[in-house]
Amino acid sequence: MEWANQLCENRQFGSKMTDSKYFTTTKKGEIFELKAELNSDKKEKKKEAVKKVIASMTVGKDVSALFPDVVNCMQTDNLELKKLVYLYLMNYAKSQPDMAIMAVNTFVKDCEDANPLIRALAVRTMGCIRVDKITEYLCEPLRKCLKDEDPYVRKTAAVCVAKLHDINAQLVEDQGFLDTLKDLISDSNPMVVANAVAALSEIAESHPNSNLLDLNPQSINKLLTALNECTEWGQIFILDCLANYTPRDDRESQSICERVTPRLSHANSAVVLSAVKVLMKFMEMLPKDLDYYSTLLKKLAPPLVTLLSAEPELQYVALRNINLIVQKRPEILKHEMKVFFVKYNDPIYVKLEKLDIMIRLASQANIAQVLAELKEYATEVDVDFVRKAVRAIGRCAIKVEQSAERCVSTLLDLIQTKVNYVVQEAIVVIKDIFRKYPNKYESVIATLCENLDSLDEPEARAAMIWIVGEYAERIDNADELLESFLEGFHDESTQVQLQLLTAIVKLFLKKPTETQELVQQVLSLATQDSDNPDLRDRGYIYWRLLSTDPVAAKEVVLAEKPLISEETDLIEPTLLEELICHIGTLASVYHKPPSAFVEGSRGVMHKRLPARTGSGESTESPDVGAAGGSAPEAAPSIIPSQGDLLGDLLNLDMAPPTTSGPPPPSTGMQMGGMDLLGGGLDSLLGGDIGGSPAMGAGFGAAPAVMPASLNAPVGGGLGDLFDLGGVGMPMGAYIPPKIVWLPAMKAKGLEISGTFARRAGVIQMELILTNKAMSVMTDFAIQFNRNSFGLAPAGPLQVLTPLGPNQTIEVSLPLSTVGPVMKMDPLNNLQVAVKNNIDVFYFSCQYPISMLFVEDGKMERQVFLATWKDIPNDNESQFQIKDCHLNSDAASSKLQGSNIFTIAKRTVEGQDMLYMSIKLSNGIWVLAELRVQAGNPNYTISLKCRAPEVSQCVFQCYEAVLKN
Amino acid sequence: MSASAVFVLDLKGKVLICRNYKGDVDMAEIDHFLPLLMTQEEEGLTCPIMSHGNVHFLWIKHTNLYLVATTNKNSNASLVYAFLYKVVEVFTEYFTELEEESIQDNFVVVYELLDELMDFGFPQTTDSKILQEYITQEGTKLEVAKTKVPTTVTNAVSWRSEGIKYKKNEVFIDVIESINLLVNANGSVMSSDIVGTVKLKTMLSGMPELRLGLNDRALFALTGRDKGKTVTMEDVKFHQCVRLSRFESDRTISFIPPDGESELMSYRINTHVKPLIWIESVIEKFSHSRVEIMVKAKGQFKKQSVANNVEVRVPVPSDADSPKFKTSTGHAKYVPEKNLAVWTIKSFPGGKEFLMRASFGLPSVENDEMEGKPPITVNFEIPYFTVSGIQVRYMKIIEKSGYQALPWVRYITQSGGRTAMLFRYSLLMYSKKRPIIYS
Repeated sequence: MEWANQLCENRQFGSKMTDSKYFTTTKKGEIFELKAELNSDKKEKKKEAVKKVIASMTVGKDVSALFPDVVNCMQTDNLELKKLVYLYLMNYAKSQPDMAIMAVNTFVKDCEDANPLIRALAVRTMGCIRVDKITEYLCEPLRKCLKDEDPYVRKTAAVCVAKLHDINAQLVEDQGFLDTLKDLISDSNPMVVANAVAALSEIAESHPNSNLLDLNPQSINKLLTALNECTEWGQIFILDCLANYTPRDDRESQSICERVTPRLSHANSAVVLSAVKVLMKFMEMLPKDLDYYSTLLKKLAPPLVTLLSAEPELQYVALRNINLIVQKRPEILKHEMKVFFVKYNDPIYVKLEKLDIMIRLASQANIAQVLAELKEYATEVDVDFVRKAVRAIGRCAIKVEQSAERCVSTLLDLIQTKVNYVVQEAIVVIKDIFRKYPNKYESVIATLCENLDSLDEPEARAAMIWIVGEYAERIDNADELLESFLEGFHDESTQVQLQLLTAIVKLFLKKPTETQELVQQVLSLATQDSDNPDLRDRGYIYWRLLSTDPVAAKEVVLAEKPLISEETDLIEPTLLEELICHIGTLASVYHKPPSAFVEGSRGVMHKRLPARTGSGESTESPDVGAAGGSAPEAAPSIIPSQGDLLGDLLNLDMAPPTTSGPPPPSTGMQMGGMDLLGGGLDSLLGGDIGGSPAMGAGFGAAPAVMPASLNAPVGGGLGDLFDLGGVGMPMGAYIPPKIVWLPAMKAKGLEISGTFARRAGVIQMELILTNKAMSVMTDFAIQFNRNSFGLAPAGPLQVLTPLGPNQTIEVSLPLSTVGPVMKMDPLNNLQVAVKNNIDVFYFSCQYPISMLFVEDGKMERQVFLATWKDIPNDNESQFQIKDCHLNSDAASSKLQGSNIFTIAKRTVEGQDMLYMSIKLSNGIWVLAELRVQAGNPNYTISLKCRAPEVSQCVFQCYEAVLKN
Repeated sequence: MSASAVFVLDLKGKVLICRNYKGDVDMAEIDHFLPLLMTQEEEGLTCPIMSHGNVHFLWIKHTNLYLVATTNKNSNASLVYAFLYKVVEVFTEYFTELEEESIQDNFVVVYELLDELMDFGFPQTTDSKILQEYITQEGTKLEVAKTKVPTTVTNAVSWRSEGIKYKKNEVFIDVIESINLLVNANGSVMSSDIVGTVKLKTMLSGMPELRLGLNDRALFALTGRDKGKTVTMEDVKFHQCVRLSRFESDRTISFIPPDGESELMSYRINTHVKPLIWIESVIEKFSHSRVEIMVKAKGQFKKQSVANNVEVRVPVPSDADSPKFKTSTGHAKYVPEKNLAVWTIKSFPGGKEFLMRASFGLPSVENDEMEGKPPITVNFEIPYFTVSGIQVRYMKIIEKSGYQALPWVRYITQSGGRTAMLFRYSLLMYSKKRPIIYS
């Protein structure tokens, strides 16, 4: 029946003596005729009849009625006929399970045929017949075939284990087939090894906890040997399997990389991409100062470039992956800009991807060329491509400051073309340029205003309105311009309405005298005549603000906005790491984790890049994941930037330019945002919502309670964000002393004290459990609430013996950082639940953020410089460390112990400036400048980070480390 | 891991033949394929991966067929595409042409091949020469000879059968270099590279061991020998017969070749190439009236060499009519279905310069549709010459029977097909008021 839908019947083909003759029109009674022919004595006639049956099946006719007759033909020594009958069986057995049993005997017999082709064919086909009854009979033949003398049969049987496992996993386990399959990894024949690996990987993927692919250095070695000998497809199976392995240390990692790199010269693009995946993953473990590391970086570029001469679909997959690779390791392709120039005849999907990568690679060194190209693209005909090219020019302006002026003039040239969608797109990006470089290019506003009438897309209209509102004081007729939009207010889309509302309020705050009427008009349109709750709410807020405290209104509405940066479209680091582990797969093409689009994979561990470990040290595999039942619901989010949270009130709701996919989910942020408005509005608006506030009352008549209740939530919201530091946190590379977290009184006699430590790259929670009750405690378990950095126990709480009265036990619990994420307040707060045979107890504790500083946090000098420049100054915070008597070198080495790495040192006028970098386990970088003056015990430290919320915590770490 | 099922569809989205490998995706899902594709085409944004619910379609188009793989897992997408292209290659070698009719004419073999090419979503043997040893078009009769699996299928050497015999043992080596080049309207070369391939036609008996020596700079840097002209290859890709780890360690290209024709290796060279045929053009568009085209082509290669089949393709507006041509050599014609003026020169000696003028009429009511400005393309072939200077230094052939074999080498440089020499140009627009210059 699966065949039935799409195929039309009654087809007539040419008269050539080919297979097409079997498709000729059938009349009534055909089935009857076929039945007779199938039962004919003549072999040739039988075969012709089976062919006719298959032909009918191919065009979607139901020939299942012939089942017994076709099965009767199965016992033949003609291979072609046998294959046709098998094919028929595969298609109809499921709908006729009872009759399918008839075929079993022949299958079993064929599995012992003298001809290996027939043995393999039988075992292959049997695996494809998904009928339980048949499966039972399959076991014995399969067992024999797995040990067959012919490798062709063994490689087929290996795959059959995976098929059988898919139908009946329990049966496969009971029969011990998994062990046999594992043994086949050591088979002498490379093709058998490759198929066994493929089958095991497939089974392991659907049963993530089975620990089937128990990879160890010995088995890895076998795989690497087989890699040189098997077919291109086998190489892919093996490479994909290798990518799941986590080497013990950097030496093993390097030796695997060395044996994988030759695959980069394979003609098959898929082999190359799978090899790139293994290398990108294992590279993570190599120390960056290693010569081999830079050699490897150099080796990766040429094959990636060559992928761009493959077939367009493969180019597309390659480009989507290159997009990830340039985000993870920009140094690999930084000199290869030209190969991403778009060709006139590239398919659209290739063009758009190339454009995206061009922007990522744009730098001061190549910007002139890039702009020349982009301008060329903007004159092409493909609308989507042209739009993206225009947008790209804007992004270059934001990314490469030195080029901003040239970009703006290029955009103005494009506006002159008067091509409607080019103009609109240009205006949208110019708005972003204004956001990045305020008060620098407003001379172009006049040109923009000339095009006001041609704007028909909401995004462009909204952008234009924003510009007019933002620069209202410099546009003489700003009120006229905005008024012209007001006429059709209700026909506009929401984003235009919101923008117009804000712009007019801004205008009013800037030029109150002439625009009172206009603002009243828009407020009443927004609050009284609109069904849109967002619009109404915003209208009410403005209204109240203006009526109670115009000064406060000014501060809120005209507040300085955080600058935007080009980083807005970067993939969030944990997701990026996960996607790097999936290079070449659908996930890497969609830029989404597999759990987002594969059913039943929600509980599956997210893949992570391995952490770097020196040889000799041992490490837990980072893949041992979050214990506790709750599967991560979404990709962990980075700490939201302040801009997002304040966005709604500060009218920044136009998303910054993005090109790839939706913005990363950020649960914490949205909740914060809701609190901000929710609490405030309820009390604020009380009974007012239904009634229509009388305009005539003017702005003076505000209840006294208003400012307070409005300020409270806003202030609270901001406070939550900026004042994140906890008080009296234990800190430092030296493990802070243990403190009591859970007093015995609160926990029915169980007292817990503890601390946190980072040892050899592993975060540990060190606990002392004391039983102060009279009875024995058993069955301890621990769980964490979601927290800012996704900390989760990496294993169960190891309290193996019961804890008697007055007994104490010390336990050390390794933690992972792959658990679910939610922003906590303070940031480093951790809520813990401990269970024993008596009850469940809850407590919260704070961890020093320094234990999240990872070992590979040393940034390259160039990258450091660029990043420092790139992070907006607003994100910089300065602190004083008092009474510290170390010299700069001692301080530097002390900090290094806590993974705070000094990158450079400069001495200016007796003052030592140390530049340092820190990387948090979630990929956030913190850059620091520490100023130490000889003889002065007070240090000054400046911290810069894209998530400035962490600065306070980081500063406290500095203090703790330096003073201990 | 890869495909759940593979379908061959005609252009109307009707399934011609299909094979369900894993049974985890409903075969009826394929009905969504064409509607999805049509929607994307309407929006002008096609994508080789489409999804419907949790089913993903990975597809390629070949002649009048779509080859589609379905999956609901996080499959290896590059493997699927590489496999689909391999299917095209195998079918093409079996049926000469792969199109709707050849699928219907050979459905039994197609089923057999689909069964052998992939098992449970894992690609298996995809070498058509080896497949032809046990899947024959005439239908396999169960003779004694055929009761064995060709050992090649599972051998480490899976691309060459044993027992091949030739009276005269010869190897033909073709070194073909294709040029990719983009020149801006102001005459600056934006990007250029050379894609070279080494093709073999092997007519050798037994299991010969071959070693190919090129004037590869990296090789000579390693061995320290030979101070002659060398070439730096940016990236090299090899046929699976070449021992990659050996190449990685000492740059030796050693292999047991497939029988008959094969592509041994391809390489990419990043050096700045001087455009071998240089184009200068003046194209003037007088709106509502006419287009005037002047193209000058100059051979910038050695005087002794000759470029053959030179073709200069100049785009013209889609509503142009009444073409007039004047050429100093060769022949020019208008190809209205491609909106091109094509100037062909059968043989173009190095150092020479030729001119073509063309003029087209434009209707007084003009097409308002925006038209792109595709670049001018130049295709050609120059025999006995490689632009990179790469050379075959030796081809050593060792076989245990000890026969003497002769290698023959041929060089050619070309542009066209997948590679192109492209020249952007300024379009001078004249309207009744004043000229505007676009670049």
